[in-house]
Amino acid sequence: MAEIRNYTMNFGPQHPAAHGVLRLVLELDGEVVQRADPHIGLLHRATEKLAETRTWIQSVPYMDRLDYVSMMCNEHAYCMAIEKLLGIEVPERAQYIRVMFDEVTRILNHLLWLGAHALDVGAMTVFLYAFREREDLMDAYEAVSGARMHAAYYRPGGVYRDLPDSMPRYEVNKFKNAEAVKRLNENRSGSLLDFLDDFTSRFPRYVDEYETLLTDNRIWKQRLVDIGIVTPERAMALGFTGPMLRGSGIAWDLRKKQPYEVYDRMDFDIPVGVNGDSYDRYLVRVEEMRQSNRIVRQCIDWLRKNPGPVISDNHKVAPPSREAMKGNMEELIHHFKLFTEGIHVPAGECYAAVEHPKGEFGIYAMSDGANKPYRLKIRAPGFAHLAAMDEMSRGHMISDVVAIIGTMDIVFGEIDR
Amino acid sequence: MSTRIETLRDALLAQFGDRIRSATVALGELTVEVSAEHYHDIALALRDHPQTPFEQLIDLCGLDFSSHALRSEGARYAVVAHLMSIAANLRLRLRALVTDDDFPVVASVNDVWPAANWFEREAFDLYGIMFAGHGDLRRLLTDYGFVGHPFRKDFPVSGYVEMRYDPDTRRVIYQPVTIAPRENTPRVVREENYGDVGHG
Repeated sequence: MAEIRNYTMNFGPQHPAAHGVLRLVLELDGEVVQRADPHIGLLHRATEKLAETRTWIQSVPYMDRLDYVSMMCNEHAYCMAIEKLLGIEVPERAQYIRVMFDEVTRILNHLLWLGAHALDVGAMTVFLYAFREREDLMDAYEAVSGARMHAAYYRPGGVYRDLPDSMPRYEVNKFKNAEAVKRLNENRSGSLLDFLDDFTSRFPRYVDEYETLLTDNRIWKQRLVDIGIVTPERAMALGFTGPMLRGSGIAWDLRKKQPYEVYDRMDFDIPVGVNGDSYDRYLVRVEEMRQSNRIVRQCIDWLRKNPGPVISDNHKVAPPSREAMKGNMEELIHHFKLFTEGIHVPAGECYAAVEHPKGEFGIYAMSDGANKPYRLKIRAPGFAHLAAMDEMSRGHMISDVVAIIGTMDIVFGEIDR
Repeated sequence: MSTRIETLRDALLAQFGDRIRSATVALGELTVEVSAEHYHDIALALRDHPQTPFEQLIDLCGLDFSSHALRSEGARYAVVAHLMSIAANLRLRLRALVTDDDFPVVASVNDVWPAANWFEREAFDLYGIMFAGHGDLRRLLTDYGFVGHPFRKDFPVSGYVEMRYDPDTRRVIYQPVTIAPRENTPRVVREENYGDVGHG
């Protein structure tokens, strides 16, 4: 009689399909997973502890580095928590800019997820296509904040600066001749809004391209359909949020149910899955990209017509304009105090959450009246999702583990914090 | 929204009575504070509440009150759970005060919401709060063999040990930290009306 042994296998922490630094200890019976034990924390930077030693505003750039695929959404939750504690209003234009960039970020995130997920499952092309579009959106990030990824653009009280009137352009160099540069600069001749407008008119066609490659692809369906099924009841009990919850058929979206900023004025739909498997979550996310595109278009229309301030004029929270700071004593003092001592946030506690591309991203902030938080807890959506890894992968084949990691949309920056 | 929260607060106060230490609404959020002994019962009752079932545990974290003004009320550690009711579209913050400062123990709510599993492991790892009945209370975020609970207020930000490659023994070793702790921006609490000179 043949001897049957269970194998324990290490997956990661340096595995290309582990999306960063996931160490997964898999107990296998043949090729079937008996138990999956994720070991996380390899990217733990103690962001929450560091935030306790820094002023409120100094922690904004740390937020970018949590989920480094959807930077501005992280800042958004953090700024919303501070604004809630301070009780200040954000100018309307800033709210629209935030909504627009939240949706740009959602597209950015879903593009990377789609590319990486397809790559994990064995489709190379989608990754290249997705990065082509990401490049344009990264340029939008760069135009508005100066940084392609870690923007630090949202600030308590609004956004750091208004949308630029011109886009950065390509220049002739020894690799690109005048003709090539002219072609590349075609959609960059106007403002950022023109550039995004051009992008949103092209983008639905790109999504069609991805869907042509994947949605009815036999291999793609063989790898995703009926993999990692989560029932609605289990999805709720396991703390799932975002597309993971909607993929299981629960129509729950904070943008609709607990609207923040100007989402209640936006016209968009919430896609919901039926079977709760990886394929449904794929369809949900693809449809979300189309809906985000719609929201961006609505924001562009509004932003074109309505100029105005983009950051609060309360100088105890937001810095005065450079011009005023250089000319007036009062503003100079405000500027100095704000950047040396920081914002004083009234004592209290609050929880602010946004519908992050991955789920509910929340900030639980506690202040004792000082210029630094007393306690900051970051509620990362991926954390709850990865915690369900064991339950989702049990009984699946080892190659399905990769598909399940892909469908969770895991980024270690936010899970390990 | 706020009135619904207040209705919920009154309903919970009527239902649980003395078992709740306090239920306050601030900034449009309801905070229910309970002592550690009633924590598990109330969590279970909230999940199975007939009108507002809190099906989801969104977040759970530890708290260290040791340098906070609230410290005068007693407990050093607390566990804060953020609950959400999808059916009623309401949120609730449930805070359990953990009485024993030297060996903080609180009941695990892992059997109420399976989502609590990792959140409790994290709170144990970072604050050293024990969750009775958890079943798999291992460290989660810190290194294998880490000593101490880093998010406690008396744990320095720079930690106690640092890691480096030792060319003599040709392996990675731990040694006491060589960087001195420093504070770039001092922590300041201003009195009420600071900077308000009374004339514009």
